[in-house]
Amino acid sequence: MIIRGNHKVIVQGITGKQGTFWSERMMEYGTKIVGGVNPKKAGTEHIGVPVFGSAVDAMKGLDGGFDVSILFIPPMGAKAAALDAIEAGAKAVVCLTEHIPVQDVMYMMAAAKERGTQIIGPNTAGGVTPGECFTGFMPAFNDKIFRPGNVGIISRSGSLGTLMCLNVVQAGFGISAFVGIGGDPIIGTTTRDALEALDAFEKTEAVVMVGEIGGAMEEHAAEYAAKMNKPMAAFIAGGAAPPGKKMGHAGAIVMGDKGTYKSKADALSAAGVAILDTPMDVGPVLKERMG
Amino acid sequence: MNFEEHAGKPLLKAAGIPVPEGATATDADGAAGIAGKLLAGGGKVVVKAQVPTGKRGKAGGIKLAGSADEAKGVAAAILGMTIGEHTVGKVLVEQATPFTREFYAAVINDPETKGPKILFSTLGGMDVEEAAEQDPNAMRSLAVDIRKGPDAAAVRAMLDGAGLDGLEDAVAEVLIKLYDAYTANDAELMEINPLAVLEAGGLIALDCKFTMDDSALPRHEELAKTGTPDKLTGLEAKGKELDLKYIELEGDVGVIANGAGLTMTTMDVVRHHGGVPGNFLEIGGESYTKGTEALSLVLDNPKIKSLVINFCGAFARTDVMTEGILNAWDELKPTLPTFWSVHGTGDVEAVAMLKERLGVDPLPDMSAACKAAVDAAKNAGDA
Repeated sequence: MIIRGNHKVIVQGITGKQGTFWSERMMEYGTKIVGGVNPKKAGTEHIGVPVFGSAVDAMKGLDGGFDVSILFIPPMGAKAAALDAIEAGAKAVVCLTEHIPVQDVMYMMAAAKERGTQIIGPNTAGGVTPGECFTGFMPAFNDKIFRPGNVGIISRSGSLGTLMCLNVVQAGFGISAFVGIGGDPIIGTTTRDALEALDAFEKTEAVVMVGEIGGAMEEHAAEYAAKMNKPMAAFIAGGAAPPGKKMGHAGAIVMGDKGTYKSKADALSAAGVAILDTPMDVGPVLKERMG
Repeated sequence: MNFEEHAGKPLLKAAGIPVPEGATATDADGAAGIAGKLLAGGGKVVVKAQVPTGKRGKAGGIKLAGSADEAKGVAAAILGMTIGEHTVGKVLVEQATPFTREFYAAVINDPETKGPKILFSTLGGMDVEEAAEQDPNAMRSLAVDIRKGPDAAAVRAMLDGAGLDGLEDAVAEVLIKLYDAYTANDAELMEINPLAVLEAGGLIALDCKFTMDDSALPRHEELAKTGTPDKLTGLEAKGKELDLKYIELEGDVGVIANGAGLTMTTMDVVRHHGGVPGNFLEIGGESYTKGTEALSLVLDNPKIKSLVINFCGAFARTDVMTEGILNAWDELKPTLPTFWSVHGTGDVEAVAMLKERLGVDPLPDMSAACKAAVDAAKNAGDA
């Protein structure tokens, strides 16, 4: 799902240093933050919103509940916090935390699937819907980067995604939504999920995808891209990277030959997606594809 | 983190999976001593090189011995041998186990189902790639809900028609125990290859490959001490000490950027302009305050002839990163040609700081900065 300005948002870990700093930035920008969670500070108020002992309490205690929870929670506490938000009935959970043990992540994913909660991340810098709201730690307020417009951006990496938005805006376009899906091997919202969401988002007329070597998400996204009407371009990072940390043998056989730059570029090309040699090529390609 | 066979097998044993009796030695006399004890009951021993890589047998790192003396000679030959990029410093001496069949069994993290997956094949004792070539359909798999663990009936059903000749229940039991070892130790991969059928009946794990999820290391401090740290160059070890992600590469264009994706892309663009990156160094995320350490690390590599610094701030503030680099600059006074591209959070302050303290402007975009660095490295090479 694309998080919009009318979604009600809580922040788990709102009283921490980063939680406080970024919650204030989000509120200034327009994100509708209606509460926060810290079990030790339940019943107090922080930066103008009520603090609850849990997301479940927040759902009961807030008038009209909440839609989305953002996690500013350290790695070893992230599983419990996410399960709390899922149990509360959050529609989406934005999980910014890096280095959550993968078995904890898989536990969160299984619980989220059962309850129909959309997890975004882990290890994402968040998302931006320019002119409406942002979630996480993105420089949404910088209008050289996030000028509102009609190009949707998907990225595993926050910094590289930001660079792509900058290049799109420098080329004279604007951004409809930036979806940071996260850099972990197992994530809740895949490239394909994000692509489907942007395809369904009425403000989006073209999509730029920023992929990376490893995994098979870009290949899966290509299957959807083949039947999509909105024009699409993709940059895949890591073409020049030396073969890195080897996947376990068992992983290698499950993946087959997927995961290489070539595999991703070939799959996307075959689906009619324009492959960008560098992020700077995005402007001319969008001009050509969007007419 | 990877674990060698001798460190992985005790985890299988703790989960109730039989493994051969044995112990490790770091010299030939030690190996002879272990062999002597194991051979008291007759039979043979097997001496196995302990290195975190496959194909040990093909490299001559696994040998049988029928006496303590023979074990001593075999161990002396294996110790010091190079397999892959590893020098053998340790051998595992085990009771040799006569077997009739070899299977493959593993539990992995599966990004497709976003949960654990149990794998089994009757083609064991060879690389999975090799097995896949022989029979692409040999590998059976079962996705598991990590909240509930594997369902015994489902595990039994995944073995139907595999040709196990009555061993189905015994194999299913091992797979469930293997799953327990996987969860108990936060494995990314817990693999037995081969899982052998003993001549005398029963199953035994003749090898173990265990990779622990690095993010879970903080909750396995004791176990982590038995793992094999990644092989690092001197500079990489220094980077690790400083808590920076630094990988030494063969080229002469130094790279500093924030975030893994942006750093990889900077390397791509250096290549795009015909250059060769000399390192991967990212100071994004929580290490964005480490500009000073980052610059000194890059300068420590004598191969580097030019440098591109590419910041695109989101969480990581470009002014904080730039200030860190400039502080190191004042101290180290490098003469290295350096090209900047700075955008995103804090860029106005960062650009002003660059102008004031270094008297330089960043290039308009990362492509220009990478190209300038590639040209500068080439010129330095020609000079």
